[in-house]
Amino acid sequence: MNALTSLDRPNSYIGRSVPRPNAKRLLAGRGRYVTDFVLPRMLHVAYVRSPYAHARIVSIDAQAAREMPGVKLVATGQDLARLCTPWVGTMDHFKGMKSPPQLPLPVDKVVWSGQAVVAVVADTRALAEDAAETVAIEFDELPVVVDIDAARMPGSPVISPELGSNLCFHGKIDTGGVDDVFANAAHIVEEEFHFGRHTAVTMEPRAIIADYDASEQQLTVHHATQTPYQFQDIYSRHYGIPESRVRVIAPDIGGSFGMKLHMYHEDMAVVGLSIMLGRPVKYVADRIESFVSDIHARDHRVRARMAVDADGEILAMDVEDVTAIGAFSAYPRTSVVEGNQVYRLMGAPYTFRNYRADLQVVFQNKVQMSQYRAVGHPIACAVTERLVDMIAAKTARDVFEIRSGNLIPDDAYPCTSPTGYQFEALSHHACLAKLRQMMDYDRLRAEQAQLRSKGIHRGIGIATFVEITNPGPAFYGVGGARISSQDGAIIKITPSGDVRCLISVTELGQGTETIIGQIVAEHLGVDRNRIKVITGDTETTPHGGATYACRGAGIGGETALQAALKLKANVLSVAGAILQEASEKLDIQNGWIIDAATMHPRVELAEIARIVYFRSDTLPPGTQAQLSVTHHYAPQGYPFAFTNGVQGCHLELDVETGLVNILKVWVVEDCGRIINPLLVDEQIRGGVVQGLGAAFFEECAYGDNGQLTNGSLADYLVPMAVEMPDIEIGHVETPTLDTQLGAKGVGEAGTAAASAAALNAVNDAMAPFGGSIAQLPMTPARILKALGHI
Amino acid sequence: MKARAFSYARPSTVMEALETFADAGEDASYVAGGQSLVPALALRLQAPQLLIDIAHIEALRGVELQGGWLRIGALTRHCEVLTDPLIARHAPLYHAAAPHVAHPAIRNRGTIGGSISHSDPASEFPAMTLAMGAELELVSRTGTRRVAADDFFIDLFQTAIEPGELLVAIHVPVIRPGHRWAFHEFARRRGDYALVGCGVLAEFSDGLIEQARIVFFSVGNTPLRARQAEQCLIGKRLDEAAVAAAQALVGGDLDPPEDEHVPPAMKRHLARVLLGRLLGQIMRQDS
Amino acid sequence: MSEPINVSMTVNGSRVSCGVEPRSTLADFLRQTLALTGTHTGCEMGVCGACLVVVDGRVVHSCLMFAVQAGGSVIETVEGLTERAAIADLQDAFHLRNALQCGFCTPGMLMTAYSLLSQPGIPTRDEIRDALSGNYCRCTGYEAIVDAIENVARDRDAASIAQTREEAGA
Repeated sequence: MNALTSLDRPNSYIGRSVPRPNAKRLLAGRGRYVTDFVLPRMLHVAYVRSPYAHARIVSIDAQAAREMPGVKLVATGQDLARLCTPWVGTMDHFKGMKSPPQLPLPVDKVVWSGQAVVAVVADTRALAEDAAETVAIEFDELPVVVDIDAARMPGSPVISPELGSNLCFHGKIDTGGVDDVFANAAHIVEEEFHFGRHTAVTMEPRAIIADYDASEQQLTVHHATQTPYQFQDIYSRHYGIPESRVRVIAPDIGGSFGMKLHMYHEDMAVVGLSIMLGRPVKYVADRIESFVSDIHARDHRVRARMAVDADGEILAMDVEDVTAIGAFSAYPRTSVVEGNQVYRLMGAPYTFRNYRADLQVVFQNKVQMSQYRAVGHPIACAVTERLVDMIAAKTARDVFEIRSGNLIPDDAYPCTSPTGYQFEALSHHACLAKLRQMMDYDRLRAEQAQLRSKGIHRGIGIATFVEITNPGPAFYGVGGARISSQDGAIIKITPSGDVRCLISVTELGQGTETIIGQIVAEHLGVDRNRIKVITGDTETTPHGGATYACRGAGIGGETALQAALKLKANVLSVAGAILQEASEKLDIQNGWIIDAATMHPRVELAEIARIVYFRSDTLPPGTQAQLSVTHHYAPQGYPFAFTNGVQGCHLELDVETGLVNILKVWVVEDCGRIINPLLVDEQIRGGVVQGLGAAFFEECAYGDNGQLTNGSLADYLVPMAVEMPDIEIGHVETPTLDTQLGAKGVGEAGTAAASAAALNAVNDAMAPFGGSIAQLPMTPARILKALGHI
Repeated sequence: MKARAFSYARPSTVMEALETFADAGEDASYVAGGQSLVPALALRLQAPQLLIDIAHIEALRGVELQGGWLRIGALTRHCEVLTDPLIARHAPLYHAAAPHVAHPAIRNRGTIGGSISHSDPASEFPAMTLAMGAELELVSRTGTRRVAADDFFIDLFQTAIEPGELLVAIHVPVIRPGHRWAFHEFARRRGDYALVGCGVLAEFSDGLIEQARIVFFSVGNTPLRARQAEQCLIGKRLDEAAVAAAQALVGGDLDPPEDEHVPPAMKRHLARVLLGRLLGQIMRQDS
Repeated sequence: MSEPINVSMTVNGSRVSCGVEPRSTLADFLRQTLALTGTHTGCEMGVCGACLVVVDGRVVHSCLMFAVQAGGSVIETVEGLTERAAIADLQDAFHLRNALQCGFCTPGMLMTAYSLLSQPGIPTRDEIRDALSGNYCRCTGYEAIVDAIENVARDRDAASIAQTREEAGA
């Protein structure tokens, strides 16, 4: 009953729910966000933005603005182009991909409505806005390219004529044999899916302070970003400042979700403005600016079909995805990654081998689209899982049955997907079984039938998924992007025997610092309260990939683990010298050097540190103690650590109004070794709610003229507390054997499948009426249309 | 998102407020709770030279019974509308609508007078003012007048308030024993502006409907009475057939503007569904 | 014409008196003039709830008020409630339940919770969610926040029953 578990050992933290030490500061209102920072002599910038989606800049008259109170500088694209070299958002491994060069501010034309054109720097933001209102820009309107089909038509206006067309990238995957399979299939299901553009809407908008000190030629940037090293590299290269003189500090950040790792024009401009002025310049996007300048995501139209045999076995899938990304591909990660993941993740949980897909990535006159949480996953998942449900309906099978008949068996690993993804070990069937039990599925179905007779229409939907985590250099590095897939850590023991860990993965509130502390404490053998984890400053932490694509726990965690073991060996070596004992007979526990066999305490770690730092004269000759280590870890096994799981969604549809009440969501997820269940579960919950936002509420609505029509937080609907359900979470743990830690990522799992499960649930609720829907978000208008009411 | 510069005045009486406004000309704007005005200023959609803060004028406060009328001071906050026992008893459609007005923190500051003066066509209180047949007390430097709600809401954000006038109180005819009422709105999220909302106030006598006021909001430029639907109920017993008849007419009562996201056909459909549910609710109250 | 106006108010128990530009919102005044950066601005139009503060006993958006309108008022921010330990149990519960991630919405969430729990009784989960209807959080999905507030409501209720019993017994 009360058997000891591994968690009962001293300093056993991996697998334990511990709260985040750094959260207390935030709770006390003592967070330090870039928006809060005030530097001496700091100025503020406001941007004059384009009212047109596509226009030539004829002239700019800023004389009145220059004469306004408090104005220190008005700068145009020409001014900044003298300082900053252009950038191009392409990667070599996307063959044939193209994108035009970008500059901080445009010099000759604007390509989306809301694009920043002129920078006005003043003593306060209000004064900068006052002056910005007086800048007169004459535009000559150009034909607007908005629609994904029109953009690809011969004779369509081409946004960047030097590229020849509006096609950014065209990719194809074909295993062969697809036409034959479809020709001979017992059943075919097909659907055209529409996924609305949506955006990250972080609570803290983008914020940056650039501070250039000409006396030292030193650039310091306080930047609300998840990838400070990437920006250090970019600012250094594009402004010609030696990397050693560029420091990027990423303090507390009010949400990121992938949105704050792209190079934004306004942010690049701020660096140039600070160089021009020799003073700190701050830019905080207001919410209206966020909607027209933060990256958007999704915006895909997918036509897909599945072939199935008479026994309900899925045989093949055929997919055509068209996605429009704005007028540029984002830098430095490109805007092709989402489409690439869409067409490679299709059908990933299933056994079928015949697959064909066509991906077209198109330029248009809207703000740029790029990576946002769960890049591509929700689209691949929704398309696949809806088609699987359609097969279930067509072959009169239950949605669990059709899946258990087609999911890759849990003992079939390792294996490779038809799109080339290598799976080390997944657990679809274990997850599916657990979900069924957690949902009490049979009872739900019985209840559904009973309530239908009373005019209450509930829907049940499930969706299996595969998530990409722990990416190696195959993700970005091989494409020529200077984005690291390795991480580095410095761990040092202080003279008092405390531990400081400086690591390149960054804290976004997801709990990186907490789990790194847990890992170091466990593997070094000290209490976690004695460990201080430091992140987010290129001046002090080693270079690394930081935070993207669910890599913090898996890669950052392994880095910390290996560094801790290296430091422990160093400690035991010097302890052995002091104690005149073979170091392999010693261990560390609770901050004490102990006899490994008897667990008998020998000497406190603090005493070792005291001797090393202050009484090295007492050490045996030749002993040079190393109580600091620097260690880097780069993943070398599988190119990615794939995770998997399944979600269930239960909702009630008001079939007269099209309004949906989400009753409950269940998630069973396998992220390998769980370091901190409390944090893992909250990552999943937060992710699910972002997925439900996409399913029901979030959409950047554009008019035919390329104008965003709902660009405020009052008009763009984000998920709020009342409409969101409680979410029950279960786990299956299949650690990766690529690392000693065994952890994979989890941050995107919730978002990956939530909208798919919701889509299936709404369709399930509508089934008695013969209606169906294949468009996200599922607004009341679209649901009423599907039901034939309007 | 910073407002343009303006100056600020804080009068302590109605007369002082009116005079301050008169002195400033048309470039002044009153502010009470400011929950609609401040965002408009922040977005620079409006930029008055002078903001006249009327929130400290004692005469604009208070809720009291005056004969057959309930007088609600213009500065009564939404949160007070929600909790005031006199309003709950005598002006129940305000009470029923209040939880749907935005969110708690907005209700803590927004005022009923501000909401009615602003006259957002998607707002609950202007519509319920019309549904209850209230009268609006307007004061100018030359005197006081009362305008019936039916004559008050003129067009989009446009009311019978003349420049130089201030809405000081709302007078609601108190509920009588034969009255039945119901309120509901369809909104995508709690506190959002409604896709469609409606308040119904009906007076019954001997089981027959003697009077009915059916007011929709979020369906046009002003709150709208569904007059054909109202008319068809008069003299009838409220039964399924009467409800269906009213529902059939309501589409013709409304003329919602074109909207890409909520097309007119959808507004009409939702209005029919909503009216059916509200009348059904009243029907069940009686049985 | 839009010259600074001298404004006096009580902020977190201290009398504050200084010249304020009329167009300065209370949020900007608290953050920039008084350096009370625990109050956050996420939308500047009263939708996200990150800027909630207590003004004269009621929780309101500090972005939907100009500082001059708060002249004569008593204001409390997250810093003030923290210093007088008025929300210590809520802060502990949020911490233990991990009811925050990036923390940017958290001061606003605490304000709403503080206001909700100042009323007697234990709110239901639906009532808690309803009270939070104007507080946007992008990170948590809300459930942990609802849990934390519910836990504190129960604890406070249990403590008040225990105290009542103790008083009755004494």
